[in-house]
Amino acid sequence: MQLTKEEESILNGSQGEVMAKMMKTMVSLGDIFGAKRMVDVTHDGHLVTSMGIPLLKPVFRTMQEIIDAGITAKWKFTADPRPIDYKNVKCNILDKLVFSKIMYGKQKDYEKQLNQVGLKSPNAFSCTCYMPEVGNIPKKGDILSWAESSAVVYANSVLGARCNRNSGMIDLFGCILGKVPEFGLLLDENRQANWVIEVKTSKMPEAQILGSAIGIAVGEGVPYIKGLDKFIGKVLNDTNRSYLKDMGAASASNGAVGLFHVENLTPEAVAEGEKLIRKDAKTLVIDDAYLRKTYESYPILWKKKNAKPTLCFIGCPHLSMEQLNDWTDKIFDNLIKNGRTKVTCRTILTTAPAIADKFRATAQYLKLEAAGVKLSSICPLMYLNNPLTHSRPIITCSNKLRTYTAARYYTDEEILDIITGKEK
Amino acid sequence: MAEQKTFKGRVLCEGELTGEALVSHAGVNTLATFQKSALKNAKIIIGSDQNNPDIYGKAITGKILCLPNTIGSTTGGLVLQTVCSMGTNPSAMLFSNEIDSLAASGVILAKHWENSKMIAIDLLGQEFLDYVKTGDTIEIKLDGTVIVTRGS
Repeated sequence: MQLTKEEESILNGSQGEVMAKMMKTMVSLGDIFGAKRMVDVTHDGHLVTSMGIPLLKPVFRTMQEIIDAGITAKWKFTADPRPIDYKNVKCNILDKLVFSKIMYGKQKDYEKQLNQVGLKSPNAFSCTCYMPEVGNIPKKGDILSWAESSAVVYANSVLGARCNRNSGMIDLFGCILGKVPEFGLLLDENRQANWVIEVKTSKMPEAQILGSAIGIAVGEGVPYIKGLDKFIGKVLNDTNRSYLKDMGAASASNGAVGLFHVENLTPEAVAEGEKLIRKDAKTLVIDDAYLRKTYESYPILWKKKNAKPTLCFIGCPHLSMEQLNDWTDKIFDNLIKNGRTKVTCRTILTTAPAIADKFRATAQYLKLEAAGVKLSSICPLMYLNNPLTHSRPIITCSNKLRTYTAARYYTDEEILDIITGKEK
Repeated sequence: MAEQKTFKGRVLCEGELTGEALVSHAGVNTLATFQKSALKNAKIIIGSDQNNPDIYGKAITGKILCLPNTIGSTTGGLVLQTVCSMGTNPSAMLFSNEIDSLAASGVILAKHWENSKMIAIDLLGQEFLDYVKTGDTIEIKLDGTVIVTRGS
């Protein structure tokens, strides 16, 4: 890789051993992928590592080395959601003991480290940092040092920014150095589609299942999705942005999609059209039967397959303001329709702290509270990622959450029926 | 009678080793695969990804993990670095495809920050992944030569 004089001098230790080691890591990474140079990061960062799991010793050790060396990030950053929210996601004594003393025993210390190195604000914890209320919104063409698979795929696809599927730690190093190696999705040629997905369903496909089907089929490929604009429109708005957020998160967690294009809708597809499709691109037709088969392939990991759900998480990735309003209305209306006043199992909607604050100031929140639903900014994945919850019948409409935990996946409509007690 | 086949890949982290193959034909979801055992501080990592029957429930530590690439959460590299820091990593990772950015990050982080000796070779080709079977003996050479031996 061709380095500038400044990069070379950092590599040789002019700014200390820790900066040299970070630069060495980034150069080695770039070398693997044939990067010719480092490029400047042009927007704030986003870190995937928000949890103080004592197991992640390399993170805490490195953070401390950075702090001890007096280094702060050139680009400030947001981070994924916190793993604990005792106020809104109640835990029993054993749960609390496991969370506070074992699972996330380093949470306070780690948050202090994040603040010292460059967290944008003490409450900047959400996987949807790109929401207007959170405000970490890159523009088209920005070079990012982000991790969090759902945020990276959104930034690339819906915002047209440029970011690789960086790992935890690499995201931080890019924010500190202000530089990332130029390879992968930072280059025009790798943003071309090597898959064409033809959506031929009879109705709007469930975002979470469509994303899952695409991710499983294309792996780390770049899909160009045709036929979806028929259902979600040709102009980006709050509704289809939320749809693409959920579809992208499923494609990134069930596969390794870092960028997708939606014909007539996402910025690069609008600008370049079918010129984005490689000549050797493979084609996959997704119809109702394909989606049904995908859904039916999900294993049920509950001990008792027909157990009554005791907990429901909605919002992985975190819900947008519009989704919060929509879920609130649907829950409220369906409870009335089903002759009930409260949800049938503990239900938690999750959203970014800034959106939660805004929503709590509305009348909608009173409706949600009255229905017995809790609002939280927790990371459901981190909350469920512990041995105590593995045996509990927990349901979700998030394919990402299904992938990483024992939670059982249901479609939005099925979830609504279950939590509002619709008779079968 | 032993059957043998030789493949050649690109060396990312060099080393010499003879060990037992563990094969995943699908992309390995690093977080989903390693998290359960790692969180328990287990000395042997048992694959915990429900979506990957090839390695689900199988011991990974010390094995030569043969895979197309890794998929899933961007904590992937960090998870690999962590299992390397705990000494519970596979002894080698052999990729049939070009390594993906998350696995590459994990391999580099482990090498530079944990002094890990985990071997990593990519670009071994689809034929390698089609041929190798879990339980085969694999000999890895410094130049990226991988010799797969089956039977006695």
